[in-house]
Amino acid sequence: MSATTAPTTPPTTGPARGPVNFSPTYLILDIRRSLRNRRTMIFLVVMPVAFFLLFGGPYRNSDPGAFAYVMVSMAVYGAMIATTSTGAQVAMERSLGWTRQLRLTPLRPAGYVLIKVASALVLGVVPVIMVLGAGALLGADLSLGEWLAVGVLSWVCSLVFAAFGLFVGYLVPAENAMQFIGPLLALMSFFGGLFQPLSDMPQVLQNVAPWLPTYAVGLVARSPITGSGMTVTHVADLVLWTGIFALGTAVLFRRDTSRV
Amino acid sequence: MDTGINTTRDAAVGPAVGVGARTTGRPSGAAPAIELNGLVKRFGEVTAVAGLDLTVRPGEIVAFLGPNGAGKTSTIDILLGLSRPTEGTAQVFGLDPATAVAHGRVAAVMQTGGLLKDLTVRETVQLTASLFRAARPVDEVLDRAGITGIADRRVAKCSGGEQQRLRFAMALLPEPDLLILDEPTTGMDVEARRAFWTAIREDAAAGRTVLFATHYLDEADTYADRIVMVRKGEIVADGTAAEVRAMASGRTVRANLRVADRGAGRVDGGADPAVQAAVDGLRVLPGVSSVELRGDTVRIQCEDSDAVLRYLLNHTGAHDLEVTAHNLEEAFVALTGTNRTADSRVSQS
Repeated sequence: MSATTAPTTPPTTGPARGPVNFSPTYLILDIRRSLRNRRTMIFLVVMPVAFFLLFGGPYRNSDPGAFAYVMVSMAVYGAMIATTSTGAQVAMERSLGWTRQLRLTPLRPAGYVLIKVASALVLGVVPVIMVLGAGALLGADLSLGEWLAVGVLSWVCSLVFAAFGLFVGYLVPAENAMQFIGPLLALMSFFGGLFQPLSDMPQVLQNVAPWLPTYAVGLVARSPITGSGMTVTHVADLVLWTGIFALGTAVLFRRDTSRV
Repeated sequence: MDTGINTTRDAAVGPAVGVGARTTGRPSGAAPAIELNGLVKRFGEVTAVAGLDLTVRPGEIVAFLGPNGAGKTSTIDILLGLSRPTEGTAQVFGLDPATAVAHGRVAAVMQTGGLLKDLTVRETVQLTASLFRAARPVDEVLDRAGITGIADRRVAKCSGGEQQRLRFAMALLPEPDLLILDEPTTGMDVEARRAFWTAIREDAAAGRTVLFATHYLDEADTYADRIVMVRKGEIVADGTAAEVRAMASGRTVRANLRVADRGAGRVDGGADPAVQAAVDGLRVLPGVSSVELRGDTVRIQCEDSDAVLRYLLNHTGAHDLEVTAHNLEEAFVALTGTNRTADSRVSQS
């Protein structure tokens, strides 16, 4: 098959050579790779929708407010799983030597992190659309403005979890970071009030909840339909969490890519 | 893949056109492809590279040989900008290695890892191509590496040899002036190795500089213009295969020590005292570097084969004597001083 022996042109040093900051092709391939992974799609699509039907279904006719409440919470939960797991892919890609391979290309190390964040945010859209779509089909009654607002807020708030995923991805060397992130996210969601209203929980847990990033995310994302939650405190809380994870990622990233 | 069989021999003869011919017409100017000056790399108390000086001219194909822990990988990591020297300097075409990587002037085929299993072969190459400002067309490098036929296969389903050729295709994308291969054929079967080297060889015919680390001495012998042997972080030999062989001057003497009538009567498999005495005597001869006994056959590495022969004929019952010059493997052992040294095994089969 390699019978053609025509000599290639001698290598030259083109003028347009040098470091690269971003690659749309990489982003597209990275997203495509996740979308065709059956296991990922179960986490991103099947689980959030199933949880929505499980927890929200009983309220469908009896309590439209609670139905919409659960719908948005599960959209947030799905976006959180999507962004965290994409960020945490870094752990696997480091252990596979992929990040080392990338260092043999002109892509700047920070460009890799940028692509991962972008990939996480694009994948975060998928569960939001699926859960809200399921809600719309089942008759959730929101105004167009409310649909857009809860959709965008659920999605934007998941940025904090993209940062969280990256942080864990650089912290944990194992190939299966997701094995322990999955249960951790479920716990944070539960204690942060995503799976059920905090008022149904013991007082101790209600006191703990505000310390979790899942708490503010839920409140802010639901604010268009609850009329509360979009406060300076909660938004600042999210910005702070994002900052903490981003800073942690930066420190670990620097350690990971420093030339020893 | 099987086309490799016919072409390999010719490809192996190919480099005889010589370094000079292959260098002409290159735009690289005066800067050497690789220039290492007093390179030292320490990890804590361990010195991996102990003052390496090496200059590789554009167009050379250099084999980098040495036992494990000799500093090959540490040196390669520095050449690729993956680590910094503790002391000394490393330059690739006159550039800092990290800059040379960013400019696509140096690329590498690493031994393992560095691939995403759930991408296809073509996607992997497409992705990598997108990270360079200027890259060769994807189909062209797939063809060069001989993996067009498996372009749509998932990386996870590719054999070790196919993955290695994928890494080779990725390395070709920026049209690097220098290609570094770190033990590229480890774990491949004979046919895969041959196909891999055929692809490398055909590509290098265009005048690319190649530096490869390998454990397979026949690969160094067949494919390199020049062999650089390292030991404990230092260069111990540098030259053509023939020159390196000659540097490890000396011969191997083989002889059968069995004394006809007594040999059959050896009791309990114990060492024959006469044989043992002969071995002890050989060991103290000047210029003998190793004595190995396998069954009745003794194998002696030495500087002065005449003295050994004289001793064997005059003082022992040795027969069926045979003298051979060192091959590259024996030169390797002699120069890099691995475990098979003077005081090592006197084994009984």
